[in-house]
Amino acid sequence: MLGYAVRRVSGAVAVLLIMSAVVYVLFFLMPANPAQLVCGIKACTPDRLALISHSLGLDEPLYLQYWHFLVGLFAGRDYSTGPSIVHCAAPCLGYSFQYTEPVLQIIGERLPVSGSLVIGAAILWLSLGIGIGVLSALRRGRWLDHVVNAIVLGGLAVPIFITGLMALMIVCVWLQWMPFPTWVPFDEDPVLWAQNLVLPWIVLALTTMPVYVRMSRAGMLETLAEDHIRTARAYGLPERQVIGRHALRGALSPLITLAALDIAGILTSSVLTETVFGLPGLGQMTVQAVRNVDLPVVVGLVLLIGFVIVVCNTIADLLYAAVDKRVSVQ
Amino acid sequence: MTAPSEARPGFRVFAGRFRTDRAAVFGAVVAGLLVLLAVFAPVLTAIEGQDIASFHSDLVDSARGGVPLGPLGGISGQHWLGVEPQTGRDLFARIAQGAQISLLVAVCATVVQVFLGVTVGLAAGLGSKLVDTVLTRLADIALAFPVIIFSLALLTIVPDAFPRPLLLALVIGVLGWGGTARISRAQTLSLRTRDFVAAARLSGAGGFRIARREILPGLAAPVITYAALLLPTNVITEAALSFVGVGVRPPTSSWGQMLSTATTWFRSDVMYVLIPAVMVFLTVLSFTLVGEGVRVALDPRTTRLTRKAG
Repeated sequence: MLGYAVRRVSGAVAVLLIMSAVVYVLFFLMPANPAQLVCGIKACTPDRLALISHSLGLDEPLYLQYWHFLVGLFAGRDYSTGPSIVHCAAPCLGYSFQYTEPVLQIIGERLPVSGSLVIGAAILWLSLGIGIGVLSALRRGRWLDHVVNAIVLGGLAVPIFITGLMALMIVCVWLQWMPFPTWVPFDEDPVLWAQNLVLPWIVLALTTMPVYVRMSRAGMLETLAEDHIRTARAYGLPERQVIGRHALRGALSPLITLAALDIAGILTSSVLTETVFGLPGLGQMTVQAVRNVDLPVVVGLVLLIGFVIVVCNTIADLLYAAVDKRVSVQ
Repeated sequence: MTAPSEARPGFRVFAGRFRTDRAAVFGAVVAGLLVLLAVFAPVLTAIEGQDIASFHSDLVDSARGGVPLGPLGGISGQHWLGVEPQTGRDLFARIAQGAQISLLVAVCATVVQVFLGVTVGLAAGLGSKLVDTVLTRLADIALAFPVIIFSLALLTIVPDAFPRPLLLALVIGVLGWGGTARISRAQTLSLRTRDFVAAARLSGAGGFRIARREILPGLAAPVITYAALLLPTNVITEAALSFVGVGVRPPTSSWGQMLSTATTWFRSDVMYVLIPAVMVFLTVLSFTLVGEGVRVALDPRTTRLTRKAG
């Protein structure tokens, strides 16, 4: 197990290094004039352009640029913004000349919004998805199973921005059950925070759930057909215990990987969710940065998200190996 | 297994199974209609007697901020789906062009995904252990990578001169080959131990020849199954990218782009939200049903919906 963990983690580090190099090269060396992009389209004077060009070290050779970037990640680095020099503390993902703030700081300000969105939705989709999936497996072939199947298929066909728009239109415009969601920080008013997030949570959970229903239903059916379940039943264990203690464990371990990947990948759907509901999180920030062509922010976000994904991936593999001993032995 | 005389009854069995699947047939009919709409978009628009770009300021109520006149967003004999708020452009023409963009991008992206995925999968399955490890890791990352965020980033740095639909197809395709690679690799690994591959190797066939002549035909069924389900996902991705504003550029229209403009209109012009939403829904649903049908018909062991594809 330890050997497996070491191999997995070192593999993850290698992947991160390669990924950062690719992203860096792609975004800072491919555009004809990255300084122009960093400077933005609006209000870019030639002086500023030259300054940014020097500040980003674009006059240096390629490998040095990437090296400075890496050093910045671990030790911080300085950016001159003309009159003053700004220190970007480690881990320095870059400096946005448009926000005049280090990228990580901008991300930190938006993180609570996306975090609230993801955590609430994840609780909903995991509990509902697994619950419905298991129930559907236990009622295989009955009407409940058929209804669930139809809903799952329909659910897979509706992307989140449509579900979200429909939910807004029905709940906020027609029924007027609640006003349009706005962001209220948790420490300001927990009740308002939850009230405003209920609709995004439900919508996000509903679009993520179908896969979980499918997988937990399939896993449950497969496990129920296995010998150890028959043995447990033959010993006369109550059905409740057979399902709860023996079948669930086998059925749900594949879901660990899926959940870890989804929580990382949720940043993707947060782009859409936050755009639909107008929540000022990381997703909305990504879209804004893209519209303003704020390259450092875009690169910083892509790297950070890549980092989160690789970490989640590794954790998922390790967890999976801990649950299922066969994985690490192979 | 590749002789045509054997392939034909195989196809007949497949078609027979597919035809008995009511949901799949329904999906195929709807998908067929959508393809027709896309292919004949200019013809249908001409029959309607409209064009895509003309403004009809007489059809919108400028006093109420440009809401279309008449019920249901201005639906009439002249404008089958009504008109766009504010500009009064014909909605049917724009929806039909949206169908072209949506299907074109999704199909091209799927082709790119399948090509890359099968190539990588074959290389991983037939190559040395090192090649396999590296490629499998890469596929895992590609599979987990947030396609939308990365495409958003990529689409910012590519100059506008590059044709947008092609760019979308390439970006979606190049980022989305992970699943196909995984499936192709698994299938290759199981095929390479079979006797007919050993026979080919003994008779002196090289690695490339084995990959092309012996393994590739055996990949067809699982890859087609998977690709049939990739297609609707790609439709969603294209719509999503257009929705957040990095898809095709105006004046070309796409469903995602319409939905994004529609967000400011859903208090006053409900049809403008509903029409593109229904189009995306129908497209994704019909292609998913076809994909499910193909999967069940190609692999009789799995019953409907019991296993996640891939």
